[in-house]
Amino acid sequence: MEINKKAYEAYVKQVTPVHKKWPGIIKAFLVGGIICTLGQYITTLFMNTGLEKEAASAWTTLVLIAATVILTGLNIYPKITKFGGAGALVPITGFANSVVAPAVEFKAEGQVFGIGCKIFTIAGPVILYGILSSWILGVIAYVLKAFQML
Amino acid sequence: MQIGKASIRFEEPPIIESMASIVGKKEGQGPLGKLFDVVEQDDMFGSDNWEKAESALQKQTADLAIEKGDIRKKDIRYLFAGDLLGQLIATSFGTVDLEIPLFGLFGACSTMGEALNLGAMTVAGGYADKVMAMASSHFATAEKQFRFPLGYGNQRPFSASWTVTGCGAVVLTKHRKEGIAAITGITTGRMVDMGIKDSMNMGAAMAPAAFHTIQQNFDDFQVDESYYDKIITGDLGQVGRTILLDFMKNKGHDLEKIHTDCGIEIFNSNDQDTHAGGSGCGCAASTLCSYILPKVQSGTWKRVLFVPTGALLSTVSFNEGETIPGIAHAVVIENIGNL
Repeated sequence: MEINKKAYEAYVKQVTPVHKKWPGIIKAFLVGGIICTLGQYITTLFMNTGLEKEAASAWTTLVLIAATVILTGLNIYPKITKFGGAGALVPITGFANSVVAPAVEFKAEGQVFGIGCKIFTIAGPVILYGILSSWILGVIAYVLKAFQML
Repeated sequence: MQIGKASIRFEEPPIIESMASIVGKKEGQGPLGKLFDVVEQDDMFGSDNWEKAESALQKQTADLAIEKGDIRKKDIRYLFAGDLLGQLIATSFGTVDLEIPLFGLFGACSTMGEALNLGAMTVAGGYADKVMAMASSHFATAEKQFRFPLGYGNQRPFSASWTVTGCGAVVLTKHRKEGIAAITGITTGRMVDMGIKDSMNMGAAMAPAAFHTIQQNFDDFQVDESYYDKIITGDLGQVGRTILLDFMKNKGHDLEKIHTDCGIEIFNSNDQDTHAGGSGCGCAASTLCSYILPKVQSGTWKRVLFVPTGALLSTVSFNEGETIPGIAHAVVIENIGNL
């Protein structure tokens, strides 16, 4: 082939259409904003029943996760993400969707090797590196505290 | 007769005696919807998992091709068939009941071209009086194997394609003067790797392979685009088509009017949200058996070059940072009256 791979890569980039940036950002802001507002609303509802702030937050998380599980099962959540992009991927609902979807998909392969092994295929890296990075930050905080710098 | 570097011209061209196409609901709603033999409304094909569904799809399509041609199953000497899945699960489970000696093929989305290449050679060589060539794909099995679970929300780029749920099967028979169409020649493609690493832009990975095979066909047969009424690629989609036409133009061939692509024909990308177009082995196979062959049979097109294209994507090599090489196999299909 006469043209080299680098030139081809640049050429492909030029002929491949991409999503427009600003409409994507606005939609993400909208959807992400709605999910967070909803979360705040639920938290306030729980606090009005007399719950402490921390307990109310925990209950809110559970409600949002449960709602996502149902919306994933009804094939509605993928549509929300298709519209809202990162606005629907980043909140806890996006994380819940990434756990439920493989569970539903791999059910046919059994409880152990299907759901058991594959439920975290998408969320696994987030969990692993989330824990790792919080551990690293914890060590840093510990060292800083030891030298009375924090 | 061997000609050029990678082609064969058949002195006694094998004849396509029967054809069948079965597709899923979404394909049925597309521009070719009315042309398919069967549009199955249940994407599970009456099964309890996606892989079984695709197997059932192959079984039904093979049975239909046999029935439509009024052929006895035992007269079919070999079956050349494939799909996109690991260990060819759809083919290996779907063809058990056919009891026909099988060559299972993997050529990614180019499988129908590979099956027709080998099937035509086998028949023309006198090693079988009748063979069947078949390829299938299913949106859900392909998504599960190559991308994400269906319920996972994400945004697909415009260069991404939509795997066709569909299957196409043809029965080839030894040379005679009647039938649907004749296979007068083949050009077998080789791997072409232009270093594309984006699994969401398969058109760009396959276009150089299509270019190479078409160019090889022109060289080997000593013809140019005017020899064909249509040159039909498998699943390049919009991006791949742009690249192919650009490459051809640089070589002095204007394919703008005579080129079309099964992936572009099978869906209405604006209404059906399929982005670059359809893909999968079932895309080229079902379009061949519903849209292309009837047009050749009726004489609307006297001679076409059918070029299914494949991107050899593996989740393993992809994660290991490898590129996505492409391949394309060409089949010269002619109206019986040309013989």
